Amino acid sequence: MTATIATTFLGVPLGMALFVAVLAIALLGYVMARGRVMARAGGDARVLHSLPNYYGMTAAMFAAVPALGVLLIWLLAQPTVVQNAVLPLIPADKIDSVGTQSLILSDVRRVADGLDIALSQGALTRADIAAMADDPSALRATLGEVGVALGSEVEPFVLAAAQKSRALNGQGRFWMAAAVLLIALAGLALAVRAADPDFRARNIVERGILVLLIVAASLAILTTVGIVLSMLFESINFFRLHDWKDFFLGPKWAPNFRGDSDLSILPLLWGTLYISIIALLVAVPIGLFSAIYLSEYAGPKLRGIAKPLLEILAGIPTIVYGLFALLTVGPALVRLFGRGEDGILGVEWMSGATSVLTAGLVMGIMLIPFVSSLSDDIINAVPQSLRDGSFGLGATHSETVRQVILPAALPGIVGAVLLAASRAIGETMIVVLGAGAIARVSVNPLEAMTTITTRIVSQLTGDTDFASPETLVAFALGLTLFVLTLGLNVLALYIVRKYREQYE
Amino acid sequence: MRDNIISEKDVMQNQTAHPAKIAARNVQVYYGDTHAIKDVNVDIEANTVTAFIGPSGCGKSTFLRCINRMNDTIDVCRVEGDIRIDGEDIYDRKVDPVQLRAKVGMVFQKPNPFPKSIYDNVAYGPRIHGLARNKAELDDIVEKALRRGAIWNEVKDRLHAPGTGLSGGQQQRLCIARAVATEPEVLLMDEPCSALDPIATAQVEELIDELRQSYSVVIVTHSMQQAARVSQKTAFFHLGNLVEFGETDKIFTAPEDPRTESYITGRIG
Amino acid sequence: MTDITPSGASLLVQDARTQKRNRAEARFKMYGLAAIAVGLLMLVILLTTIISRGTGAFQQTYVTLEVPLLEAKLDKKGNRDLADIKKVSTFGYAPLMKAAFEEKVAAAGIETSLKSKQMAALLSKDAAATLRNYVLQDVDVIGQTIEFEFLTNSRVDGYLKGRVSRDSMANDKSINAAQLDLVDALIADGSLRKRFNLDFITGADASDQRPEAAGMGVAMIGSFFMMLVVLALALPIGVAASIYLEEFAPKNWITDIIEVNISNLAAVPSIVFGILGLAVFINYMHLPNSAPLVGGLVLTLMTLPTIIISTRASLKSVPPSIRDAALGVGASKMQSVFHHVLPLAAPGILTGTIIGLAQALGETAPLLLIGMVGFIASNPPDGITSGLMDPNSAMPAQIYEWAKRADPAFYERAWGGIIILLVFLITMNAIAVLLRRRFERRW
Repeated sequence: MTATIATTFLGVPLGMALFVAVLAIALLGYVMARGRVMARAGGDARVLHSLPNYYGMTAAMFAAVPALGVLLIWLLAQPTVVQNAVLPLIPADKIDSVGTQSLILSDVRRVADGLDIALSQGALTRADIAAMADDPSALRATLGEVGVALGSEVEPFVLAAAQKSRALNGQGRFWMAAAVLLIALAGLALAVRAADPDFRARNIVERGILVLLIVAASLAILTTVGIVLSMLFESINFFRLHDWKDFFLGPKWAPNFRGDSDLSILPLLWGTLYISIIALLVAVPIGLFSAIYLSEYAGPKLRGIAKPLLEILAGIPTIVYGLFALLTVGPALVRLFGRGEDGILGVEWMSGATSVLTAGLVMGIMLIPFVSSLSDDIINAVPQSLRDGSFGLGATHSETVRQVILPAALPGIVGAVLLAASRAIGETMIVVLGAGAIARVSVNPLEAMTTITTRIVSQLTGDTDFASPETLVAFALGLTLFVLTLGLNVLALYIVRKYREQYE
Repeated sequence: MRDNIISEKDVMQNQTAHPAKIAARNVQVYYGDTHAIKDVNVDIEANTVTAFIGPSGCGKSTFLRCINRMNDTIDVCRVEGDIRIDGEDIYDRKVDPVQLRAKVGMVFQKPNPFPKSIYDNVAYGPRIHGLARNKAELDDIVEKALRRGAIWNEVKDRLHAPGTGLSGGQQQRLCIARAVATEPEVLLMDEPCSALDPIATAQVEELIDELRQSYSVVIVTHSMQQAARVSQKTAFFHLGNLVEFGETDKIFTAPEDPRTESYITGRIG
Repeated sequence: MTDITPSGASLLVQDARTQKRNRAEARFKMYGLAAIAVGLLMLVILLTTIISRGTGAFQQTYVTLEVPLLEAKLDKKGNRDLADIKKVSTFGYAPLMKAAFEEKVAAAGIETSLKSKQMAALLSKDAAATLRNYVLQDVDVIGQTIEFEFLTNSRVDGYLKGRVSRDSMANDKSINAAQLDLVDALIADGSLRKRFNLDFITGADASDQRPEAAGMGVAMIGSFFMMLVVLALALPIGVAASIYLEEFAPKNWITDIIEVNISNLAAVPSIVFGILGLAVFINYMHLPNSAPLVGGLVLTLMTLPTIIISTRASLKSVPPSIRDAALGVGASKMQSVFHHVLPLAAPGILTGTIIGLAQALGETAPLLLIGMVGFIASNPPDGITSGLMDPNSAMPAQIYEWAKRADPAFYERAWGGIIILLVFLITMNAIAVLLRRRFERRW
């Protein structure tokens, strides 16, 4: 009977239903505990240790927090537990690599999901499924009818595994519901019983809140750990299937979905760096000079207008810049450098709108406000006394800027440029739309090249097969990108922080 | 208005005694709507240390900064009246403040060495004004300036160490050396010792007395003892007015204005 | 010490060196002005491009036809049974439209060599479906002749908007000169015209063949649900984390690590969060592909650092004297924070949150990896659960999707979509600025 517990309760996913139920119990606990302690105090709140609300909150906290914690952990852990339990059902000879194992497991999941849907729609009965146990060849067609498409015929062991995972999942959901509700009720009972005028409810509530605050703060660490682990595991899978020497040192990027691909990061790295360098060549001079003018020369009026206007550039989503690159800047460059006799220069150097220059220029525009507002902050942090000292010696304003302010601000500006470089390396939409898809190593900026981020997108969208190196390489690329930007960020943040301390 | 008449008289006397290096007439300074300096007239002589004293916010620093047009760098500040150096109006449209400041050097309240080496700090002025034709001449200028700043012996072995690494007193003497390296004719000092300890203060005061040989020095100070020690002439400012100006001895022993007397006896300020 | 000779040069005359230095000064100032001018020029070019290319999407060409809804074609049994009428596919409606077009041409007295099939080809492929839906809504109209405004196809629309010309037609098989003549005649007749197109704002995406029918509406709902998730998770978690770090955290290496982590996460490329979402939420937790819930979770993780950084700044700007005052009357540390510091910091927190949300709303890259592109988001969700769990697109993802399609008519859609997206972003930022102006406190 446990297997009949559905994934949904009255049309709401079970997890959500339990969540609401726990909140209801918590509310009940609040009312009960507050009422009880007030009754014990004879309606006089002054004899209580804490304000009456704190008694209510203690009960609500005891009811909700442990129960919701268990719910969350259970939801996270159940897939792994079920998967490990199902694994022995798959004959060892069917698994020749890590890849095929995950492929079979995903088949099992699809069949299990399909069976659930078919049962709920009435396309199959429990007896039908039992009858198919030995020869489930008809299952593919039936599941197709209810909207679950399968890549291949269902083998008996897959059906068996699917059935077992359905049963286990059903049991799991039942016990989860039972455990969560029991824990919530137990917490409620405990806290309501403790509701006594001498009970230090406020201290308990505050300690509980502090724990929640700490959990929230550590989510940042959890996210980083999640990023690293998720990419690390898949990268390890990738390096099991593909030679690491080819990835880091190979000459070519040529994925081939029939297998035997050349998957080297070097051509992608070259494209990424080339585009980033062009972007920085555009953004750093323009951004830096804007910042110098705005902070040193401009009156409050011009500053009040120009600074927010420039910052609009920073608020525009990158997809807009991508479209701008693909449909405006690219064609304009082609008109200038391409089309032979019809072009403006009459040359035939550029054939398509996508190129390193297209993406680099547009990315440069995007980074102008980034560089200028960071540099502006940094230039403003240079103490006025240094300016006075220089003016007092008879230096002109530009001499003061070039020989005193910029050298003093140099570390900070280097930090800002590094942060901008990290942005450029990790930028995705502009290069996806503006840089092209051809991996090549060339110094001609009018040619299309490709970058790490565009390849991550193309390998992970569309038909993906998490057993093939062509898909898994995206995780290795992602990890490299993460390490690269992490290094730049940490270095930049360190430099900027040191710089700030110097003038505080 | 009575104070003005007195100071006017003083000025007249001084003019007959020595030729004035700097002559200020009817100087008014406004910060936005605030009238910070009211109708100041003063004559400053060459080879003399002139001290500006007065309570905080009386306008003595503001007036000092008018003499090399440092107030130009503050947007809301407006200067009216007439300040002449060697008979030339420094607020004339044709005057470039850059040239003026080379002639009228300045030392600030807080030591402000640039984040460069000691050598580059001192060489900065000569370089931008093009005072040296080659490296050897520049070395020479730097050494002379550091000697005049009475700090040569302490830094000659580490000329290429950062100027910010010196002690407070050393930094201030470095800043004085930096100011004299451009060979100014007037040296303005805005409370040069306020950030220094007594020993460093004594060193700087001694230095100021020596500098008098070559320059006309104007020093703003909070400390009346310092004014009495280093200056030959003293001007007392109060609420933007120049109340009294005369020989230092006379100001401190027989002030004419009751406000000056109150201040030096410690009743206002 | 008397070797200093006064330079003697008059202050009133600029020497050659000073003149040179002043020219350098002027040049330097020019560079600065030029840099700002270039930056602003780029902004102007970008905005004018968006507006000039995108406004077209808000207008669409329609042709008015009088369609006889023949019972013989639509309801052969004549019993007005909805189930039977539903069996008539859009193909069944095509002859009616051909006839209506012929009728129109004849009534207007236009001479053309075109066959009715070629005439009807001027209509959008969506037109028959529109008519069918109309009939299915009210079966009693069968038998009547009704006047109906149909979408024309994207070529006709492009002709009216100047995208398609008689020159560009040469290498375009979808339209010919005779058809354009007919279009011109219909314009003269007044039955073919361009008008405001609400469907672009409220409608669903359409397939490759029907750019004229594509709209942003469903993607907007997808974005809305994602923002709901982000707001519900990022705001409380972000504020909680900030309160801990700013008010309670001891100064030790763990706190240091958390801080470094947060500032680093703020600078991690957004696509990395997409990889995380794909690996954890979809591959591990088996949440549905393309669901706004997953998109919202990914964007939450991405927005959290931004919100934490701005919240901490607002908390920091509340002066310590407020905390001391609360502690001084016997409040606990927690009470002083929740009763005094947090309410005072609330406007700043809200401003930061809105700006973080705006950032998340425009983010595209992570959405590509969790599958919010590459399909047609055709049906608006019918409730909160389906809004969160059913596959949907999001505004920036929809724009990307259109930008990738081959037909230039979709580019106009993409620019138009950007206008809608920017209107949202500008509104959000304006609210943030207003909040800051209204509640800003100087301590």
